Amino acid sequence: MSIDTRTAAHVAHLARIRVEQDELPALAEEFNRILGFIEELNEVDVEGVEPMVSVTPMRLKRRDDTVTDGGMPERVLSNAPDAREGFFAVPKVVE
Amino acid sequence: MLDLAYEPPKPKVISGARHDWELVIGMEVHAQVASKAKLFSGASTAFGAEPNSNVSFVDAAMPGMLPVINEFCIEQAVRTGLGLKARINLVSAFDRKNYFYPDLPQGYQISQLYHPLVGEGEVLVDMAPGVARRVRIERIHVEQDAGKSIHDMDPAMSFVDLNRTGVALMEIVSRPDIRGPEEAAAYLTKLRQIMRYLGTCEGNMQSGNLRADVNVSVCRPGAYEKFIETGDPGHLGTRCEIKNMNSMRFIQQAIDYEARRQIALLEEGGEVVQETRLYDPDRGETRSMRSKEEAHDYRYFPDPDLLPLELEQDWVDAIADSLPELPDAKKARFVADYGLTEYDAGVLTAEVAAADYFEQVADGRDGKQAANWVINELFGRLKKDEREITESPVSPAQLGGIIDLIASGDISGKIAKELFEIVYAEGGDPAEIVEARGMRQVTDTGAIEAEVDRIIAENPAQVEKARANPKVAGWFVGQVMKATGGKANPKAVNDIVAAKLGL
Repeated sequence: MSIDTRTAAHVAHLARIRVEQDELPALAEEFNRILGFIEELNEVDVEGVEPMVSVTPMRLKRRDDTVTDGGMPERVLSNAPDAREGFFAVPKVVE
Repeated sequence: MLDLAYEPPKPKVISGARHDWELVIGMEVHAQVASKAKLFSGASTAFGAEPNSNVSFVDAAMPGMLPVINEFCIEQAVRTGLGLKARINLVSAFDRKNYFYPDLPQGYQISQLYHPLVGEGEVLVDMAPGVARRVRIERIHVEQDAGKSIHDMDPAMSFVDLNRTGVALMEIVSRPDIRGPEEAAAYLTKLRQIMRYLGTCEGNMQSGNLRADVNVSVCRPGAYEKFIETGDPGHLGTRCEIKNMNSMRFIQQAIDYEARRQIALLEEGGEVVQETRLYDPDRGETRSMRSKEEAHDYRYFPDPDLLPLELEQDWVDAIADSLPELPDAKKARFVADYGLTEYDAGVLTAEVAAADYFEQVADGRDGKQAANWVINELFGRLKKDEREITESPVSPAQLGGIIDLIASGDISGKIAKELFEIVYAEGGDPAEIVEARGMRQVTDTGAIEAEVDRIIAENPAQVEKARANPKVAGWFVGQVMKATGGKANPKAVNDIVAAKLGL
């Protein structure tokens, strides 16, 4: 699989990262190197091997259904560039 | 379990300018899990709180915060699955669905694409007595809800409230088995009913607890049957998805509009483009959400913060054992045990609280009579006052008391309705009210005979008429009832009038 500059621009857009036009070829090249490495891994035969999700035999930790958090709107909003009347205020987004 | 027999309904047919067309509909229903805390954080799920007050740092996606799953939310989703006769997957896993939106601070929604918690099930969608559609469920997965953006508080800014962010949702995905707008609404109604019986979703559509995405396509008659036979979706038309609807009425309007739009397009030689559309209820039309198309590249991948969710069969079995009697079974039992019509049984089982109320009234009494009183008198009266069954001023014991007084002959049906009004407005024990206010029916034939004699003596002309035309006897019955304030036993009056007039 080969990544061209258009795909690189698309990925940058999906990630909402601004990449200037002249930076795209280098970015695409970097993607290709990473994918090349992954393709090498793909050569390993893993037929019939269960994917390993954890190195220790752990069970997903669970929580009880009790309210233990929240009630701190001023702290939640404290890093917001703009907050009004208890809301985060962002540039208008509407369908 | 008892089962009623059903015929499937006929699919809706829309006549285009050239041909007839049928609809094929699949739905994705997002149902908010009834829980106290969110899916992955300890913040409250309460609706209507001050903005951003039910938000933890996990929900706000502060760096370094990690999700910990709320086991009760999983239990609720499993319970829902079991209620839809679905397979429960003992191993499921969470994936990240990546997209940017201001009300999604993580930049991804934690969902289950590859390994959902619940597999295939089915819902029986009642359309009319004896008519129901079996809609297959493809899967149910658990995911996080997003926050809420408010666009009308400021001309230049959108305001974001994260209170709903991270609340657990069940996404219930149906097969394309729904064949018309009415069936779509009935399907959602049935899902809501089952989840309310199970206590897994409050199903309050106004507060957005239940929302649906509807996939609509059209095809020529016969094509759907070929699809069912072969499983090849190539027999069906291209579908459009109408997003995020939370009103039964709008869902039906949107489907109807969308089907007609597609038909017109196809008959003009055009093609339906697979896309996401939004229904605008003010204009009564659907329109394309072009901006969504690019965002469809969600780049799902397994969430590295969460191990797979492994359940024990015993745990699932314990939930299965605790399931309440569900609507279909209850309805069938009401038909069998109380001799009700399927229609009445359906009305009484729509809400579990109403069904419980009815059963208390019917206990030890005639089921049909109890059903008539609950449906016609009580429900009618409650509806007039916009009250729920749980707010009924008349208790099952009081209503039962009224029915007992009719059965014992103490009051007539007409007086019973007056008595019901008194109990509804003032409360009190029905038998005592009848005693205290002298409402008891006069069954004392001597007293009735005296009245009949008096009226016959005072109205010789009417007596002549009655002898010529027995129907006029009704006039005498009416006079007696009037004279006794409606308390005379109508049957006794009829008999005595007929005897005295020699009819």
